[in-house]
Amino acid sequence: MSAHLFFLLVALLFSIGLVGVISRRNLFVVYMSVELMLSAITLLFATLSQTLNSANASVMSLLTIAIIAAEAALFLAMIIHLYRINRTLDSEQCTSLKQEAL
Amino acid sequence: MLSIIVILPFISALFLGILYLSNPTKKRYKLYTLIGSGVPTVIAFISFGLFFKLFNGAPSLHEDLFNWIAIGDFEIPVAFTLDRLSSIMLVFISGIGALIHIYATGYMRDEEGYGKFFSYFNFFMGAMFLLILANNPIMMFIGWELVGLASYLLIGFYHQDHDNITAANKAFILNRVGDFGFIMGIALLFISLEGTAFTFDAIALNIHNIDLQTLTWIGILLFIGAMGKSAQIPLYVWLPDAMAGPTPVSALIHAATMVTAGVYMVARYSFLYVEIPQVGLFIAYIGAFSALFAAIIATYQSDIKKILAYSTMSQLGYMFIAVGLGAYSSGVFHVFTHAFFKALLFMGAGAVIIALHHEQNIFKMGGLKKQLPLVYVTMFVATLAISGIAPFAGFFSKDAILASAFASEHYLIWGIGSFTAFLTAFYMFRLLFTVFIAPASSENKLHSLPKSMTWPLVVLAIGSATAGFLGRNEAYGGENWMGHFLALPDMVIHLSHKSEYLLGGLNMLLGLSGMFLAYKMFAIKSEAPQERHFFNRLVINKFYVDTLYTRIFVQPLLLLSHLIANVIDPKLFDGIITTLSQGYLLVGRQFSRLQSGKVRLYAIQILVGISLMSYYMLFKLGVLG
Repeated sequence: MSAHLFFLLVALLFSIGLVGVISRRNLFVVYMSVELMLSAITLLFATLSQTLNSANASVMSLLTIAIIAAEAALFLAMIIHLYRINRTLDSEQCTSLKQEAL
Repeated sequence: MLSIIVILPFISALFLGILYLSNPTKKRYKLYTLIGSGVPTVIAFISFGLFFKLFNGAPSLHEDLFNWIAIGDFEIPVAFTLDRLSSIMLVFISGIGALIHIYATGYMRDEEGYGKFFSYFNFFMGAMFLLILANNPIMMFIGWELVGLASYLLIGFYHQDHDNITAANKAFILNRVGDFGFIMGIALLFISLEGTAFTFDAIALNIHNIDLQTLTWIGILLFIGAMGKSAQIPLYVWLPDAMAGPTPVSALIHAATMVTAGVYMVARYSFLYVEIPQVGLFIAYIGAFSALFAAIIATYQSDIKKILAYSTMSQLGYMFIAVGLGAYSSGVFHVFTHAFFKALLFMGAGAVIIALHHEQNIFKMGGLKKQLPLVYVTMFVATLAISGIAPFAGFFSKDAILASAFASEHYLIWGIGSFTAFLTAFYMFRLLFTVFIAPASSENKLHSLPKSMTWPLVVLAIGSATAGFLGRNEAYGGENWMGHFLALPDMVIHLSHKSEYLLGGLNMLLGLSGMFLAYKMFAIKSEAPQERHFFNRLVINKFYVDTLYTRIFVQPLLLLSHLIANVIDPKLFDGIITTLSQGYLLVGRQFSRLQSGKVRLYAIQILVGISLMSYYMLFKLGVLG
């Protein structure tokens, strides 16, 4: 399989994630979209490692997977906490950082 | 000793000021009197001592206090010099000053700001001594400014009345105009000397290094300063208004001492003015026209102090005729004699004013000869002196000036001077006869005069009668001691004794005819001038010069200020700034919409931002280009 197909896949996955982040309101779906984007990047690293014959990118992708695991724990905890405060998972409802009208 | 003369009045002024401010309402009459008039008296005695040292042939005294400014080799020391010119000035200023201080203890007795008055008055004395004893132009300028300040403070002494404040401001502002010329003159002199030592002696030595054109400018600029301080055309209008101050102030500052500072200055720079006779001639013409102009106005005034103010201006004109034509010692001689009789006239007028409970209109007075015999006699002496009747002081000094005008063949100046002498006699005797001889228009109950107000008059009357003998020239059996003592670079005049007698006789004749005319017109029956015909109206309104100045200078300035205050500032500048700040608010409001709190929107913003940055980088790296 040529690397181009992998790059295409990476771009596809990243775009799906991006569209998910932007268009969906449910925080879980937003989270999953973010994860999808991250996974796309990890795949990019792995592909590059293969094409460039370099171990550096592999190390990078493994490291990223470890960080994603840690980040997942934090993310889930934060979503649960946010749900406890707001009683909703709709991102449109969580606007406490909004600038009040001047 | 010299520094004591300058510093002591400042110290006493400071002390009196602090004492007064500590409790302004408390009466400390004896303490204020002791310090306020004691210090000038002590200084007068010291000055006499120093004068006699010089009189007996001692060379000039110098005293260095400290270096004020030192830039490389160039230094401006705080140093005092007592040479022959300044010793003459010192001796009469301190002497007459002490007498007027004593007189003021009587005149100001019932005033509320008694302590404040003496604080200012002593301050003036210190400033005046600084002016005359300074050995370099910079120190002289400081003294020059400080006397102006003292004059301003004392003109506005009765500050409860708004008119007096206006008069004080007028004096101060007009003097600023003159002082601007003065400091420009000093600056130009300084630049032209290219950093050589800046004392009067050193300047006199290096004066030949300056080219004639620059020297002319320096001469004119310095004289503009003198015009302001000595009330000459066109900067004279403050002097009549300055009479708003207490009478001792008018006597000391606006008659005997400060206003003659301009003449002193020209005499001090005589080494400069001998090089530029054409500027001297200009000065002489300004002096002549000022003398005539003031004398004409004085003949129609009815305020006793204003008459004397115009008379002062007129006499100052004579002095400028003298110094302008190069007869410096005659000019200084007239300063000297004038100080006696003019101080006496003002003090006599003050005595009359106090006796009549602050009445100043001469046509409401009358017949005071019987009630105030001492004042009458002393003022008579002073009037004879100012009218140039021999052998009183004014005759010799005025004759010396007119003789030098005649000898220098400037017959127009001489003619104006002689005619002014006639007018002087006329308006002075008009004042004297109206106040003392003409029948009183109403019966007056007189306020009694304290001793401190009468005996200084006697001392000055003796001075007015005899001071002229110091400067008698050969024709009158003297040896012009004053001229020889001063040793200024006078022009040499050649007049035969016969023509001197003729000129003197003419002066006497003019003086006596003025006196006679005044007797005819005012001794029997005096009435206030009425606005009858054109000339008459012109003179009573002082040739409308004040109105003219108001129209030309004051009103346009006010109009401009109003324009700036009401239109340009609020509409233009405030408008620009308000528009700007409103614009910032508007833009801020628009941008604040970006901070919506919506995560999805933020995500789009990040996406757009990163996309643009990436695109830019790709473009720059040449991948897309």
